[in-house]
Amino acid sequence: MTGASRGGRGSAAGRRAGRTAGRALQYLALAGYLVFLGFPLVWLASTALKTSREMARLDPTWIPLEPTLANFAAAFGEQDLVGAAQRSLVVALASAVLVVLIALPAAYALARFRSRLNRVALGWVLVSQVFPFILIIIPVFMILRTMGLVNTLAGLVVVHVTFCLPFVLWMLQGYVRGVPPVLEEAAAVDGAGRWRTVVSVVAPLLAPGVVAALMFGFISSWNEFLFALILLKDPQVQTLPLALVRFTGPEGVVRLGPLAAASLLATIPSLVFFTFIQGRLKGGMVSGAVKG
Amino acid sequence: MSSTTAPPRAEPPPPAAPRGPGRRPRAGRPDRSVLGLMLPALVPVVLFSVAPLVYGVYLAFTDARSGRNVDVAFVGPRNFADLLSDGDFWASFQIGLVWAVSVTVLQLAAGMGLALLLNQDLRLRWLARTLAMVPWAMPPVIVGLMWRLVYHPDAGILNATLRDIGLVSGDIDWLNDFSVALPAIIVVGVWTGMPQTTIVLLAGLQGVPRELREAAEVDGAGAWRRFRSVTLPQLRPVITTITSLNFVWNMNEFALVWVLTQGGPGGRTRLPMLYAYEEAFRYGFFGYAAAMGVAIVAVVLTVLAVYLRRQLKEMR
Repeated sequence: MTGASRGGRGSAAGRRAGRTAGRALQYLALAGYLVFLGFPLVWLASTALKTSREMARLDPTWIPLEPTLANFAAAFGEQDLVGAAQRSLVVALASAVLVVLIALPAAYALARFRSRLNRVALGWVLVSQVFPFILIIIPVFMILRTMGLVNTLAGLVVVHVTFCLPFVLWMLQGYVRGVPPVLEEAAAVDGAGRWRTVVSVVAPLLAPGVVAALMFGFISSWNEFLFALILLKDPQVQTLPLALVRFTGPEGVVRLGPLAAASLLATIPSLVFFTFIQGRLKGGMVSGAVKG
Repeated sequence: MSSTTAPPRAEPPPPAAPRGPGRRPRAGRPDRSVLGLMLPALVPVVLFSVAPLVYGVYLAFTDARSGRNVDVAFVGPRNFADLLSDGDFWASFQIGLVWAVSVTVLQLAAGMGLALLLNQDLRLRWLARTLAMVPWAMPPVIVGLMWRLVYHPDAGILNATLRDIGLVSGDIDWLNDFSVALPAIIVVGVWTGMPQTTIVLLAGLQGVPRELREAAEVDGAGAWRRFRSVTLPQLRPVITTITSLNFVWNMNEFALVWVLTQGGPGGRTRLPMLYAYEEAFRYGFFGYAAAMGVAIVAVVLTVLAVYLRRQLKEMR
């Protein structure tokens, strides 16, 4: 990989040759990675642009022979998919808003006060990253059944809120720490009450963090599959991931085009989110996660 | 965690703090207001993850079934005894370990290679960085569907390409073939998980002091020596962390494999998560499936403990 100067202490010319060869190897390796990472995506896009007649051909080609947007139109014409997308949207929006509403006060408390709960909360955030879902899906299902929330979107929202709460809490408390407490004290000196301080001093400064947390909550819910599969048995209430998995059905190849188109569309929210936070991920969040 | 601490925390607590360290009195009785602020978050967490966790362990010792008004009896360790003699479970367990270990190791190797490349001054680096983010951003279900298109025996690009190169003559049904299905889904697992590993390793690489590597180069150490004796030891904590996380995540994987194969063909890709799901929600054996969950968590924790202990020892 860093094989630039494998020659070690050879002659200058030899070293230069070695360096060039090393560079060439590096580019070769990079090309390999680009192909591995990129080719399934190219294929998905290519499939989405093909006509159903072309899909039935036995010798598929990389580039669509007669590119068409008909598959996207077909995806929008599928009542199952459109309805499921609408439900996914409702569930994801509700989960995102609820989780931020619940997490914000807690994040504030964690960042500003020192109490025994801090340790517990932080420990829980860590545990949540490696949570054994296999152990809790059954009890969660039984609890929701007792509450009459199986086969309802509300039940799914409850679950999604619970399971993205730890990470959102951790995100938000980081943002609260970024707001200098001096500002709050200044407001307090000026006679603002605690509530007033929070609303008019802290909240505006937290806005970018809240947006990021909202987006994270939205994406987690939008992408989630396992709990949706367990809770939503009735096709009338299924969310988009479930509908997509069930979409091809027995008709097989003919429906692959619309499926690919719908898959591309369903990825857009996540792509927007990741583009938005890419800078942050590279800088703050990951190094924070690594250095603890 | 952060250096920007609130003033009440900046000064050390007075030695004679009335109620132990860590509880600084502040205007408005912090403990009570803290509890008030935390309550909305605590309720769902306790109700839907702490309680289920405890209840799940309890269920493992019962004969609970899926029906609504079924009598549940405490049966002691019978479920675990049944597990021990359940050949399907052992097969599934073995598949799960093969899957989790292979994917984790390959993720680390591939991610390390890519991170080292991205740490170099190469052209097209931006493209690799962007492409490496995409699998991370994609919903697991979509990743599964996409690879199903790639692996499709007739309409898939993999068979077409391999035929064109002349590597295979007939069509391989990648996801339905007894011998290639597991390797095929392992490739998808690596594809999905590699980006995260790469980014974390890259962040770690950028934290390795440049002077160390330069000093080794002056001393005449070749690239491989420099990597082995300078970079790798510096990266060790990062590698340990991401490997442990990857292992647990891979052991927890469900959606991806469910979409790709549903555990088929003939159970060859039935990870323990899929097996437990089937036992619980297809056949209704709640108690038995919960016992599986307990057994899997126990094994995962044991593997992690052994691994972490070894890493800690070697770091010293």
